[in-house]
Amino acid sequence: MATLHTVNKSPFQNQSLISCLGHAKAGDSILMIEDGVYGAMSGSAMSEVVAGMGANVKLFVLGADVAARGIDAGRVAEGITSVDYEEFVDMAASCDRVQNWL
Amino acid sequence: MSEDIKKFLYVNRKAPYGTIFAQEALEVVLIGAAFDQDVSLAFLDDGVFQLTKGQDTKEVGLKNFSPTFNALGDYEVTKFYVEQESLDERGLTLDDLQDVQYEDEDDDYNEKPSIIVVSRSQMADVMADQDVVLSF
Repeated sequence: MATLHTVNKSPFQNQSLISCLGHAKAGDSILMIEDGVYGAMSGSAMSEVVAGMGANVKLFVLGADVAARGIDAGRVAEGITSVDYEEFVDMAASCDRVQNWL
Repeated sequence: MSEDIKKFLYVNRKAPYGTIFAQEALEVVLIGAAFDQDVSLAFLDDGVFQLTKGQDTKEVGLKNFSPTFNALGDYEVTKFYVEQESLDERGLTLDDLQDVQYEDEDDDYNEKPSIIVVSRSQMADVMADQDVVLSF
């Protein structure tokens, strides 16, 4: 029943993350990858939007992409869980479907 | 000869790694540096993310090209205009960016910061002051 949504675009560049947050069902998971990880930063103009719209879903971020971009792990917003590649695979395998918001 | 020198601005508006734009821009800057022009770089919108310090790309399997910015001073590329509003929107401050420096040959090779933080309207003035604008 649950969907894993992946978002790989910066929320400052286009509307993919906002559209994903607007369509995800309660209990779904949203994983921010590649440039999508900028949506997981605290203290930005997007932080409150993500926290508000994401209140009923589980939010994740791919740690390797956070590190690549020079974002300190402490800058990932509260309530967003960092995962590694293996956990990404487990999440994809255990959900009912994966939807990519390109 | 001096009348042949043009002002070139390389405009960086994309984050690093997610697309190839940032790395390609840097390649073009390095090539262009061979032509003795008056070169400036602009970082605005997601382009400001290119300059974050502490980038570690080991796990993603991509080349970390961020140290290259600090080498541009050796090619007389010493003006990095960074837009304040773009930093603010992304929750970034100057402290989150690399301390890019160049050696000033006109001042006993003292190390000086390359990054110049400007407002959006100042950035517009920088852009309007150029002969050639290359966008990435």
